[in-house]
Amino acid sequence: MNTRFAAIMLLAGTASLAACQKKAPEELPPPPMDNTDTTPVTPIATGPGVGSQQHFTDAVGMSNTVIYFDTDRFNVDSEDAAKLQRQAQYFAQYPDVMFTVEGHCDERGTRDYNLALGERRANAAKNYLTSLGIPASRIRTLSYGKERPVALGSDEGSWAQNRRAATVTIN
Amino acid sequence: MKKLFFASFALIAAPLAAQNQDLGQPVPEGGEVETIEEGEGLSVNVSFEGNLDDLGIAIPGFATDANVPTPANQNGTAALGKELARVITADLKNNGLFKPTGPDALPQPGFGEITAPNFGTWSNRGAEMLVHGYVRGRSDGKLTVGCYLYDMALQSQLVREGWVVPAADWRRAAHKCADLIYSRLSGESPFFDSRIAYIAETGPKDNRSKRLAIMDSDGANHRFITTGRSTALTPRYSPDYRQLLYLSYVDGNPRIYVYDIGTGKQTLVVQNTDPTFAPRWSPDGRHVLYSMAVGGNTDIYRVSARGGRSERLTDTPGIDIGGSYSPDGRQIVFESDRSGSQQIYIMNADGSNQRRLSFFGGRAATPEWSPRGDQVAFTHIAGNFRIAVMSPAGRNLRYLTNSWQDEAPTWAPNGRIIQYFRTERGSGRTSLWQVDLTGENERRLPTPVDASDPAWGPILP
Repeated sequence: MNTRFAAIMLLAGTASLAACQKKAPEELPPPPMDNTDTTPVTPIATGPGVGSQQHFTDAVGMSNTVIYFDTDRFNVDSEDAAKLQRQAQYFAQYPDVMFTVEGHCDERGTRDYNLALGERRANAAKNYLTSLGIPASRIRTLSYGKERPVALGSDEGSWAQNRRAATVTIN
Repeated sequence: MKKLFFASFALIAAPLAAQNQDLGQPVPEGGEVETIEEGEGLSVNVSFEGNLDDLGIAIPGFATDANVPTPANQNGTAALGKELARVITADLKNNGLFKPTGPDALPQPGFGEITAPNFGTWSNRGAEMLVHGYVRGRSDGKLTVGCYLYDMALQSQLVREGWVVPAADWRRAAHKCADLIYSRLSGESPFFDSRIAYIAETGPKDNRSKRLAIMDSDGANHRFITTGRSTALTPRYSPDYRQLLYLSYVDGNPRIYVYDIGTGKQTLVVQNTDPTFAPRWSPDGRHVLYSMAVGGNTDIYRVSARGGRSERLTDTPGIDIGGSYSPDGRQIVFESDRSGSQQIYIMNADGSNQRRLSFFGGRAATPEWSPRGDQVAFTHIAGNFRIAVMSPAGRNLRYLTNSWQDEAPTWAPNGRIIQYFRTERGSGRTSLWQVDLTGENERRLPTPVDASDPAWGPILP
């Protein structure tokens, strides 16, 4: 019982650490890839297993699992790059973990085009991750077009949240 | 272990079991409809010279020589005769054609009057045209249905035709009669005897269930093809109605399948691991256009409907997607963002001579070439999403709708009506609509649940 409690506290600490890291100024250079000390995630038998989505989210922080795009765009901006660098650290640390990048669009596009645009967004994230040294063979892309919104409003704020590429581990 | 799993995922195309796990019961193929009487009276001119919208047509119940049991109606062929007239009346009324009066407001003619109308009975009903018809049960279980159109002023027959239909296909005889009347009076090609494939939607906006469904042009004979376990999108009927192309996530990835009506089996159109979208048939049904994303870049490909090697038709770094053939099969209009935003382009069927057609400001998407060849319908995006038409040269833009989000036009078989789907702002609820090429007679089509991605097939074979 005590060990489980300790594990939760440790994970909570990791999450808040990741959250702090997300707020770091964009100008800061990314942490070196091979420095595993910056990701102090200790696998614990009672916590989420390595490679599970929970483990990934706990390690990198929820906000770092999703990047966002402007209308009809698919470029990776500096904020996206910082998030993808955080993800790359995780996937470098756990080289057996396979994952999917899901590309999504907002509802203000036609169906077919959005499927292609979602695929393009997923690939933009994938290409950035491979440029950081993550092998392409570990990354699957999947477009949902406008079929899976997370924000349900029909307003600019909701659409901005839906234009995204979300990283999901494969168990 | 994980590596192995991923490798098998990447290298082996979806196993057949996975391909079929979202399919419901097979849909029976329709029966044959045999035409038994050639039209006649074509030399007679219609006496009416006013606006066809004002043309009154009386459509009393069809007569039967003997009221016999039929699987088409539990009360026998006499009751079926009235049903036939109701279907014809609804066809014309719902599409804003003429001023039809149905059998429930009219006396019932006897069997002997069908070929020799008692014009005196009908002269004071404000109708310029009179439809008579009969239905006879045959010993083999099929039905014989006759359809006659009379000009009241001339007191003469304008056209007649008859059909032998399986009892299960009795509504087709009514649609054929509606087509006969419509074509004779308007000079246009028929469109009622046709079907629509679409996507039936249920559930909340962030977890929509999307099922492949089909129905007759009037919404009857509605059937679900898939169960809704996987998302299905963008169906297209083959020109012979034997197959449906559509996109399914049944194996977890967006891929296009060809579903065989009758056998209820489906297969991947292309065997590889890249996602495929936006399936389209060539007018002769011999080729399939599809769009495939390779490394995130989507291009349009063509493959024989019987399989084999694919031919890549576009090769720009932008998204090239969709495609709609000219009726003669020689050219294709398609969508590309190679200029920086979605616009409509045209190319020869082999991919040569690609050039941009749409220069209207905003974005232009989902082009569909009219079966008559004279117009291209598309979605124009400039603030709202509106259904519009232009000439195949990219001129004469005309808006047909004005709502928050109308998209994905599909043509009636005769090129006079366009269907599309409308998304409601906020709720995300969808519905099928249609509008005349004139922009008139906009109406919502009745569907059992929300609906999108309509695809109107040609006249049934």
